[in-house]
Amino acid sequence: MIGAAVIIMGVLIYIIGTVFYKGIPSLTWEMITKIPGGGFYLGKEGGVLNAIAGSVFIITGALVISLLISVPLVMYINFYLPNKSIFSSIIRFSLDILFGVPSIVYGAFGFALMVYMGIKASLMGGIITVAMLIMPIMMRSLDEVTRLLPRDLPDALLSLGSTKYEMTKVLLRQLMPGLMTAILLAVGRGIGDAATVLFTAGYTDNIPSSLGQPAATLPLSIFFQLGSPVEEVQNRAYASAIILTVIILILSFSARYFSSKFSKNKI
Amino acid sequence: MRKIRFVKDITARHFMLGIAIFTILFLLVIGFSLFFKALPIMKEKNLWVLLTSANWKPFKGDFGFLPYIISTLYVSLIAIIIALPFSILTSIFLNSYASRSIRRFFEPVVDLLSGIPPVIYGVWGTLTIVPLISNKIAPKFVDFSTGYTVLAGGIVLAIMIIPLLISIMTEVFRSIPREMTDASLSMGATKWQTVKKVILRKSFPGIIAATVLALSRAFGETMAVLMVCGNIAQIPHSFFDACYPLPALIANNYGEMLSMPSYESALMLAAFLLFIIVVLFNGISRFTLNQIEKKYQFS
Repeated sequence: MIGAAVIIMGVLIYIIGTVFYKGIPSLTWEMITKIPGGGFYLGKEGGVLNAIAGSVFIITGALVISLLISVPLVMYINFYLPNKSIFSSIIRFSLDILFGVPSIVYGAFGFALMVYMGIKASLMGGIITVAMLIMPIMMRSLDEVTRLLPRDLPDALLSLGSTKYEMTKVLLRQLMPGLMTAILLAVGRGIGDAATVLFTAGYTDNIPSSLGQPAATLPLSIFFQLGSPVEEVQNRAYASAIILTVIILILSFSARYFSSKFSKNKI
Repeated sequence: MRKIRFVKDITARHFMLGIAIFTILFLLVIGFSLFFKALPIMKEKNLWVLLTSANWKPFKGDFGFLPYIISTLYVSLIAIIIALPFSILTSIFLNSYASRSIRRFFEPVVDLLSGIPPVIYGVWGTLTIVPLISNKIAPKFVDFSTGYTVLAGGIVLAIMIIPLLISIMTEVFRSIPREMTDASLSMGATKWQTVKKVILRKSFPGIIAATVLALSRAFGETMAVLMVCGNIAQIPHSFFDACYPLPALIANNYGEMLSMPSYESALMLAAFLLFIIVVLFNGISRFTLNQIEKKYQFS
């Protein structure tokens, strides 16, 4: 059993190690700060700033949308609906299922939606689709911390005469570290997912300047560069993979930090 | 002043109710819109023929999903077979053998494994697993293999679903009342006997539910599998043949399908199939897991 655990840990180290080992030689400052130059896909100068920027834009937009929807929803099922109501368990159940829907299905649905609304593959489309993907993740993780909140806290607020809305505002402040964890988890998933943005965000060598323009993303950039027959370009894919891995590592560790902070502050 | 407070409260309440209803409906909206998009092809061809024919020639109007369905099944099954023993053993270890500090040390490992993006798994797979198969493993069984195979897809997928399995199984194991294991231990059973006769038996439904959940996750995984499994539309005859799972089919053909309505509809059918299977599997296993959790809460 210890063997199984050690193997799993070894695999993790092996994965991260391989990516770093392959990518470090071609990871230069230029990779992060420049957009692809003229002969980028033939191994000439340039970087993947377009993809980094695109990913950041998409995830920021998606985050705003999903925050606007998931925070009220979680507050609603926890504080507005009575404890153990059927309605809230139906919502939780459908969240569980939405959580399991594969990202490619979200991508296909997002694409169908965009065709229906007449939007081309663009930043906008990417934002909407990624928002759909990360919403259930965020809701579930926020819901989990919210359920842990001691029940006397809302009772105390209500007994002071506050309305439920005011109560929610106060409790939300209490839930801040949990919300941060939820955000970081969702961002981690959203930024690394390629299947959703494959048909909805498009791909471009430039940094998008408006919502209607297509946007490159980091995972897709890795995927396309890896598919190139030129060796330098492939090496650059490994370097881009390092960038993505580092982003994920940072997000994951800060999520951990916030959640440990939360459990310390528990009343 | 007082009035505004209550108006705010009521507005917020209705707004939130609206969002809640929207969330439930959202699942139906996805399902129905994929269904209607897939309807044209189902009208044109018999659904049964579509699912069981191996003929995939979009430009002649032949859409047989069989190779894709079989590929998906193969890859996912291999993944489950590889992942299950590791996850069960690790969860048991974490639950009943490991000390608190080891458990805390292991948590980030599982977190990170589940956090690594599919593309990175794909890159890793092409760098290590694919050459390993084509140079070392495959020559012992078949004459030639590129390494981009069912087996490669299965291995990469196995690693991707292990964190999900571990996190659910540790929950399930934790839900077993402590008195039960204590009773078994006090009767003089060894730890391993307790694990085998009490913990595993008691948590059997939970393990099945976790497996089904992981299976549905495996069905839908796109990028990582696409990068290592070769993408040739054929029914794979051995582990060392290339295959072409459903999600990869959708992902690879999106660009070109727009020119042909029936092609688009066929791909949407693929997405719809995936959606239905995943929703069913998820529904069943989540229901079972919730039931287990409930029992635990009241006991």
